[in-house]
Amino acid sequence: MTLTNNPPATKPTLTQRGSSALGDRIFSWWTLGTGLLVLAILGLILITTVREAWPAFDAMGLRFITERVWDPNPATGDAIFGALSFAYGTAVSSLIALLFAVPVSVGIALFLTELAPRRLRGPAVTVIDLLAAVPSVVFGLWGILVVAPALVPIYQWMHDVFGGIPLLGRLFGPVGSGRNFMTAGLILAIMVTPIITSITREVFSTVPRADKDAALALGATRWEMIRGAVFPHSFGGVVGAVMLGLGRAMGETIAVALVIGGATNITANLFSPGNSMAAVIVQQFGESTGTFTAALIGLGVVLFAMTVLINVLAQVVVRRAEARMKGSVA
Amino acid sequence: MTLTAPPAARPAASGPDLTRAALSGRRRFTNHLATSAIWFAVLLAVIPLALVTYTVIAKGGGVMSLSFLNEDIPNSYRREGGGMGPAIVGTLLITGMAALMAIPLGVFGAIYLNEYGKQRPLARVIRLMSDVMTGVPSIVMGLFIYISWVLLVGEQTGFAGALALACLMLPVVIRSSEEMLRLVPDELRQASMALGARKWKTTLTVVLPAAISGITSGSLLAVARAAGETAPIIIVTGIVFSPNWNLFDGSNTALPAQIFRNASQPFEAAQDRAWGAALTLIVIVLGFTIIARFISSRFAIKER
Repeated sequence: MTLTNNPPATKPTLTQRGSSALGDRIFSWWTLGTGLLVLAILGLILITTVREAWPAFDAMGLRFITERVWDPNPATGDAIFGALSFAYGTAVSSLIALLFAVPVSVGIALFLTELAPRRLRGPAVTVIDLLAAVPSVVFGLWGILVVAPALVPIYQWMHDVFGGIPLLGRLFGPVGSGRNFMTAGLILAIMVTPIITSITREVFSTVPRADKDAALALGATRWEMIRGAVFPHSFGGVVGAVMLGLGRAMGETIAVALVIGGATNITANLFSPGNSMAAVIVQQFGESTGTFTAALIGLGVVLFAMTVLINVLAQVVVRRAEARMKGSVA
Repeated sequence: MTLTAPPAARPAASGPDLTRAALSGRRRFTNHLATSAIWFAVLLAVIPLALVTYTVIAKGGGVMSLSFLNEDIPNSYRREGGGMGPAIVGTLLITGMAALMAIPLGVFGAIYLNEYGKQRPLARVIRLMSDVMTGVPSIVMGLFIYISWVLLVGEQTGFAGALALACLMLPVVIRSSEEMLRLVPDELRQASMALGARKWKTTLTVVLPAAISGITSGSLLAVARAAGETAPIIIVTGIVFSPNWNLFDGSNTALPAQIFRNASQPFEAAQDRAWGAALTLIVIVLGFTIIARFISSRFAIKER
């Protein structure tokens, strides 16, 4: 037999040139362009908001963040725009939120990864998903019309019991309407729990099976196994998850605007009304003009810078923790 | 042989006791305490969900009717009756327009990350920044669109709201679509390339269809999230009291904005409308979420 008998008259060309190659290049550029859109939007947000807020920054200088007075329409003299009170409100409400949300989220994540019988795992995940799906404005509505009035007697009781203690008592001062830092923190806690839970759960599930089995084989109880094998392994990831939750809590606008009470106020009293940066923007933007608008946009700039910073740090921490985890499994 | 040894000869007393009873009281107590604390945490998450759902259904159900879904919004908070028709129209139009803009762009961005960029430095930066963009507060996105669109056009429109929601959806769509593209087996790509298809053709006709169910469900979840966004809508779309079907001309409104405005009023009529709007919004959002879950569970790529 002759294998080289009938050579094809024309060899098929396996490298096409021309229009199709051009199509490839256009397609890759187009996808790259859409990818770059993310960077473009983030850059544009920074540039346009800073430019638009400049009149306020220019008028106030550094006092914009160190001044606690916020008076857009004073009877005499120039308007004063100091963001300190609102920054304080943002910080206090977010910290209260984390104080409640972190233990609960870690607990739920442990439940899902270590404790839950298979039958209960699905429903528990659904509960978390649904909590994440409820729009924040609905939590706000529930907060202002149901939770705030319902909590007043409890706040009053706490004020009566703890109010007399020196120093600590200042946290539990006189109670007003129930719309205050504490209520805002509690509503925020409900809203950040799903985020912290889902990331913490992913981190916990990367703990090597062998480590857990080894701990149990040495006679550890389940709790000792969690403390000795799960926690040390996932510390970095949990820190990242908490920071992501913090970023979300700081940026949450509507629910806080409804339940925090709307007062420009720096006080240790958790039962006193206050305001947060995001909430002020949405409450006052409609009636603002000129430098007032610029000052509100300035609050947005500060908020943007802070949340981006926290998110970048959190992502780096989570990524590093995940990378280390993969290394240890291999 | 050892088999013949009688059981009674086993030195029972000297062997370690491995039963639970051998644990010290303190260790057993701590373990019980931790277990109960974990169960308690789950309970703490269930309670608010149950309470919110119950209240919204109870109070919203009271005002719900066909006319509530149809009628115009009263232009005074004090007045009884009226409905949420314009807000429902606004929510559907604005969210729909946002989805039309964000989903195609997001999917192409995901194609860049997974098919072209992979682990290159630029792709890693884009990936990190999409995650960061997910965390940008919605109010900041509202301010951004206000400055770069509303001030430019000179009026608050529904389209401005759609732009803001699209910006919020974009990173979510990119990251969820990328996850789905990553699940597509490489053999499919290689087979298509071996048949002589160009990379763009392979991507559009082989990879994308293989991942389309996951991409759809991820995008629907992003749409559901966006439908509940309030702050940007309040800042960039203004307010109307009768339906505005034109996104490009004149102000508009949406359910979340109506809930916010009515919730802070002391009048019972306004609060009732807020509950009704909340029930409508939750039904819309849950609808999207359930469809997304159904698609992802029914048509998902089986991981090998």
